[in-house]
Amino acid sequence: MRGATQARWAACAVVVALAATACGGGGSSSGGGGGGANGIVSSSWGDPQNPLEPANTNEVQGGKVLDMIFRGLKRYDPKTGAATDMLAEKIETKDNQNFTVTVKDGWTFSNGEKVTAKSFVDAWNYGALLKNNQKNAYFFGYIEGYDKVHPDTGSATADKLSGLKAVDARTFTVKLSQKFSLWPDTLGYPAFAPLPQAFFTDHAAWVSKPIGNGPYTVDKYTKGSSMSLRKWDKYPGDDKAQNGGIDLKVYTDNNTAYTDLTAGNLDLVDDVPASQLKNVKADLGDRYINTPAGIIQTIAFPFYEKKWDTPGGVKVRQGLSMAINRQQITDQIFQKTRTPASDWTSPVLGEEGGFKKGLCGAPCEYNAANAKKLVQEGGGIPGGQLKISYNADTGSHKEWVDAVCNSINKALGNNKACVGAPVGTFADFRSQVSQQKLTGAWRAGWQMDYPLIQNFLQPVYYTDASSNDGKWSNKQFDGLVDKANAESDKAKAVTTFQDAEKVLAAQMPVIPLWYQNGSAGYSERITNVSLNQFSVPVYEQIKVK
Amino acid sequence: MGRYVIRRLLQMIPVFFGTTLLIFLMVNVMGDPIAGLCGERQCDPATAAQLRSEFGLDKPVWQQYLTYMGNVFTGDFGTAFNGQKVTELMATAFPVTIRLTVVAIVFEIVIGISLGVVTGLRRGRPVDTTVLILTLVVISIPTFVTGLLLQLLLGVEWGVIKPSVSPEAPFNELLVPGLVLASVSLAYVTRLTRTSIAENARADYVRTAVAKGLPRRRVVIRHLLRNSLIPVVTFIGTDVGALMGGAIVTERIFNIHGVGYQLYQGILRQNSQTVVGFVTILVLVFLAANLIVDLLYAVLDPRIRYA
Repeated sequence: MRGATQARWAACAVVVALAATACGGGGSSSGGGGGGANGIVSSSWGDPQNPLEPANTNEVQGGKVLDMIFRGLKRYDPKTGAATDMLAEKIETKDNQNFTVTVKDGWTFSNGEKVTAKSFVDAWNYGALLKNNQKNAYFFGYIEGYDKVHPDTGSATADKLSGLKAVDARTFTVKLSQKFSLWPDTLGYPAFAPLPQAFFTDHAAWVSKPIGNGPYTVDKYTKGSSMSLRKWDKYPGDDKAQNGGIDLKVYTDNNTAYTDLTAGNLDLVDDVPASQLKNVKADLGDRYINTPAGIIQTIAFPFYEKKWDTPGGVKVRQGLSMAINRQQITDQIFQKTRTPASDWTSPVLGEEGGFKKGLCGAPCEYNAANAKKLVQEGGGIPGGQLKISYNADTGSHKEWVDAVCNSINKALGNNKACVGAPVGTFADFRSQVSQQKLTGAWRAGWQMDYPLIQNFLQPVYYTDASSNDGKWSNKQFDGLVDKANAESDKAKAVTTFQDAEKVLAAQMPVIPLWYQNGSAGYSERITNVSLNQFSVPVYEQIKVK
Repeated sequence: MGRYVIRRLLQMIPVFFGTTLLIFLMVNVMGDPIAGLCGERQCDPATAAQLRSEFGLDKPVWQQYLTYMGNVFTGDFGTAFNGQKVTELMATAFPVTIRLTVVAIVFEIVIGISLGVVTGLRRGRPVDTTVLILTLVVISIPTFVTGLLLQLLLGVEWGVIKPSVSPEAPFNELLVPGLVLASVSLAYVTRLTRTSIAENARADYVRTAVAKGLPRRRVVIRHLLRNSLIPVVTFIGTDVGALMGGAIVTERIFNIHGVGYQLYQGILRQNSQTVVGFVTILVLVFLAANLIVDLLYAVLDPRIRYA
């Protein structure tokens, strides 16, 4: 009798446990399966770092949304990267400095308001003005009067860019502070999007539910967790959405998103986690895309440090570059989601846009014997050891930095020639880089703003340019960039930029490592999935079965 | 009793200020948060300076702390870098985490204590040994392994649950994550209860109760269990705070947008406002849970009196 009661106790506990888990299972699986009906695609998302304003969004997650709800004067063709006219009827110039922009007729915002020259002028003035804290303000830096509305120190002395004038409802003029022949091609960047009056009159409401002029409208936005975008039926452009809408779901961990995809709860994951790359073929088969994106990874050096800025330094840097077995690292660690770099741009530019495979030549090819010789001729590694700083919190940088160091150590025959130096968070890493606190090398990366060769060179290597963190300076390079910017013939401009790039090959101010690819996986429900040069899925082209 | 509570509440004040100050300093030591806002490039100096003055980051740390604490007492926890009020983040995150914690605690109490009672009463028998070995296994496996394994088996292979929890996070979707979160504590609760029950089963009052001819169920529940629960209640009480703050791993695995998620993101983006705000609330929860545990002692064991 005693035993029986006790057994009942145990059974009771087990039953409670089982019942609890079982009803959990039943309840949640009933709502499962796919992303929803009516041609809606569910896609992974990350919480945007900044408020969703066009001139304030500088990362992919916010960029995804802007790409769906906005169309600017130009748009980069998702396949070729060429800047084609979208809202611009024509952009004319005689001297590469004064431009006249004509906006196409018949475009409206999704709330019915007409897109006019004023929509652009107001938006750009807002983006440039210092007190609006727009992180992409520097995009307007070429326009005359920028130094007044956005001075380096102190407060603004003007509210509006003096170089920007609306002539009539569909025309406005832009005066740049310097000649810049490729300037119209930069206008495909979301920062140059037009804004409706609602943005200025009720800003808080606009940010909580943005209104734009793109193929989608925001249906519902729950900050930090999800956003529902629906097809805008009255969208006047040619690139209408081919699905009913997109549901973006915030994932804290891309591994979970990938698991959801394999379980059939999600349609599209646009960032396959590095740890899953080995399984991706088995899990998804041909529903995995791996295409070049406009990102190049490099190793940068501190030229503000005396010991790095020596005449023999060129040989050391070239030697180090030759000591890195790029092919092996991209194959083994990145599972071919990176391509060994042989110039300082990106394959997404295409041959015409200025990408030239092998421009760097021998210094970017693995050659252990020459590497050792060059480093010795150059006086050895400054300080006896190369420290490569990286941020340890995201992006699995540790693996490849260790691999690069391994490769260098092996080539130089010295086990202490190179070590990785982890920094806890990305923010701390960036602040050390920008405040010139690093005395050794660091991992650097450049994600293009627009697919132009100019964008890969000028902001990063021009004297005192905004992202020239190593403070490298070379008169010959600067001169060639200036010359290229003043060149009215596009092909000639590109070759002049390539000449400037050859200076980089001779000087090796940063070591190019590899071009980064964008990767994505998708479910059986959807087809026609592709990534553009910014590794953002081309949402409007996705078709639902 | 009343005086005891007041004394405890007063003691909380220095603890509260001490912990918030520590957290505030730790977040500040990590470096300049603005530098991480502009991706791989440098923020242009003017915008960075403007942002710094807007978030008060250009002031000395002690002044930042004072301003912050002043604002906290008026209910203003500041603004996160994405423009959202921290109180708004809390309003979405805490209900989710509280639900998750409740699920976890219920598992701990129901399964943990039941197993503890069963094994405690049948010490040395096969049931006891089996459960002991099982708890050992559970304790030695890290939560993320259990979590990922259950997610893969139940979510992907068998399709019983959805691998991730929807943003609304209703109770039924939180059962598996709750079980994962509770697993280690559950094993401890089992072991604690077992030891306590086994010890007290030989106590005089139990023998007396049995001799009085009371039904066995009444002896076990009213006399034995009630007296054996004191160490368990202490453990569960402190566990409430630990579960709420420590759910980062579980919340990440199952994509639950709770406190752990906000804290993780806050730390990555060095958003001192979010981190300090959430930790402050967690500190309060921890202090309150501890007080309640101490008061529960008196309820469970009449011999304990607070004067």
